[in-house]
Amino acid sequence: MTSEVYNFAYLDELTKRMIRRAILKGVAVPGYQVPFASREMPMPYGWGTGGVQVTAACLMPEDVLKVIDQGADDTTNAVSIRKFFVRTAGVATTEATDQASVIQTRHRIPETPLTEDQILVFQVPIPEPLRFLEPRETETRRMHALEDYGLMHVKLYEDIARHGEIATSYAYPVRVEGRYVMDPSPIPRFDNPKMSDCPAIQLFGAGREQRIYALPPWTQVVSLDFEDHPFTASKADHACDLCAAEDSYLDEVITDDRGGRMFVCSDTDYCRSRREAGHLGRLGAPYEEAAP
Amino acid sequence: MTLSAAREFSGENSDPSQKDRGAPGPLLRVQGIEKRYGPRIGCTGVSFDLWPGEVMGIVGESGSGKSTLLSCLAGHMAPDAGRVIFATRTGPRDAVTMTEPERRQLARTDWAFVHQNPRDGLRMGVSAGGNVGERLMALGARHYGRIRTTATDWLGRVEIAADRIDDRPSAFSGGMQQRLQIARNLVTGPRLIFMDEPTGGLDVSVQARLLDLLRGLVREMGLSAIIVTHDLAVVRLLADRLMVMQGGRVVEQGLTDQVLDDPQHAYTQLLVSSVLQV
Ligand SMILES: Nc1ncnc2c1ncn2[C@@H]1O[C@H](COP(=O)(O)OP(=O)(O)O)[C@@H](O)[C@H]1O
Ligand SMILES: [Mg+2]
Repeated sequence: MTSEVYNFAYLDELTKRMIRRAILKGVAVPGYQVPFASREMPMPYGWGTGGVQVTAACLMPEDVLKVIDQGADDTTNAVSIRKFFVRTAGVATTEATDQASVIQTRHRIPETPLTEDQILVFQVPIPEPLRFLEPRETETRRMHALEDYGLMHVKLYEDIARHGEIATSYAYPVRVEGRYVMDPSPIPRFDNPKMSDCPAIQLFGAGREQRIYALPPWTQVVSLDFEDHPFTASKADHACDLCAAEDSYLDEVITDDRGGRMFVCSDTDYCRSRREAGHLGRLGAPYEEAAP
Repeated sequence: MTLSAAREFSGENSDPSQKDRGAPGPLLRVQGIEKRYGPRIGCTGVSFDLWPGEVMGIVGESGSGKSTLLSCLAGHMAPDAGRVIFATRTGPRDAVTMTEPERRQLARTDWAFVHQNPRDGLRMGVSAGGNVGERLMALGARHYGRIRTTATDWLGRVEIAADRIDDRPSAFSGGMQQRLQIARNLVTGPRLIFMDEPTGGLDVSVQARLLDLLRGLVREMGLSAIIVTHDLAVVRLLADRLMVMQGGRVVEQGLTDQVLDDPQHAYTQLLVSSVLQV
């Protein structure tokens, strides 16, 4: 199939210009949610239409694209988005984090540190961090405008009152450069520290909610907490059973119906490159055998 | 936890001499407030001074403009004319013309507002402790343990058992909800509290208990208050001074006992003779 029926990266140039303007505004005001006229995309909402539009507006013919879903390059969502851009933009793709110039992600930040030459695009379902306690859009906008963020801590207070600790483990709210409170998308809170002082540009696209927001390189991002309940970037207290990594975010995998389980890196590229470099985990399984 | 400890949470100066120095005159000067709804008058020509520690009652039948006036004073509604000069900690300021952020800051520090319907003044999806703690957190309190201690203390002061701290207000009776609303408002040690029919939807016995509680807190904290009610028994118990409204205008004002015992205006006479016999 060829790309001739579509403009480069599917969207027409005027639409891309509109999205780029929103991105630039987002970069200029870190953490601020910029409204944009989200377009119908040939995939359902919840499949990352916001991220896809941001990626489409950023892509250049010479870009190398990586797409991950929960850290993996080979899940249905990641595969179909990657295919979409291969078909509509003809760009090269990669699974290697350090080879990619644009990375679109759902629910993870890669373990391999990003660089100044990279753009990380997040798919965002609900961009408004205050939505949980204040459903009125007019009111949440005013709260952002006036930095009226007491409510954010009420949410964390409720967490501790109910669970004895801050139980929020995904979409953990952050404050950007001491100004806007931002939802980092449903990444595990383990990934929150990676957002701060990151050399790469981080862009967030919410398709259904029609919002774009951004973190320019080297932006300070602080996870909200209490003095006596400080933020911790928690993960399962294990090493990866395949590559022995102790510093990466792990998925728990049930291996049989007798309670057998293993912990593996959620970032499949990171895990593979470690095994290629000779690291072997508890189960000592080479990559090919572990993934039939 | 004490009031001064609550102030410490807010990061403000808790030195009492600081507070007194700024308040030699009235706490609030209301001058010529008018609000119209199209051609209809909400309220007009309302002026009065409120002194520190004073409780002002506003009475009048339904539709006389009490709620409209209170909304204009508390900054929930912009009046079409008039000034609401509040003695802030840094000097007198017109709350009508100050910026929205300044007004919000006032509304969560020196001012408090108790709604008739607790649903309008509480977060029904948040625990009692979270409701009381919200103003503290809005002012920068970031120590969970201390927020919780203060919330527990305030629940006690409004006679809600400490073991209800993690329950949501929806599990509370109407009287408890109203007391929770009061605790949520007073936790930051405001200087002025606005109340719109605070005993409105409650049973008579529950009303009496709430009034006693309010009277105790107002005295103890040296609060100034503006309380709107159609119930003359409420003002008899709480208010030092009284304003009687009819058709959006103040028709009579004075010391509560004087106005109630010797009403001058025909409308006040009618009001007193028909209602006070409860
Ligand atoms: N939102 C509104 N729109 C139009 N008229 C209103 C509105 N609110 C109040 N009014 C009118 O303003 C007058 C004063 O009402 P209100 O302040 O609610 O009186 P009260 O609180 O004493 O019952 C009444 O005539 C009422 O009908
Ligand atoms: Mg009313």
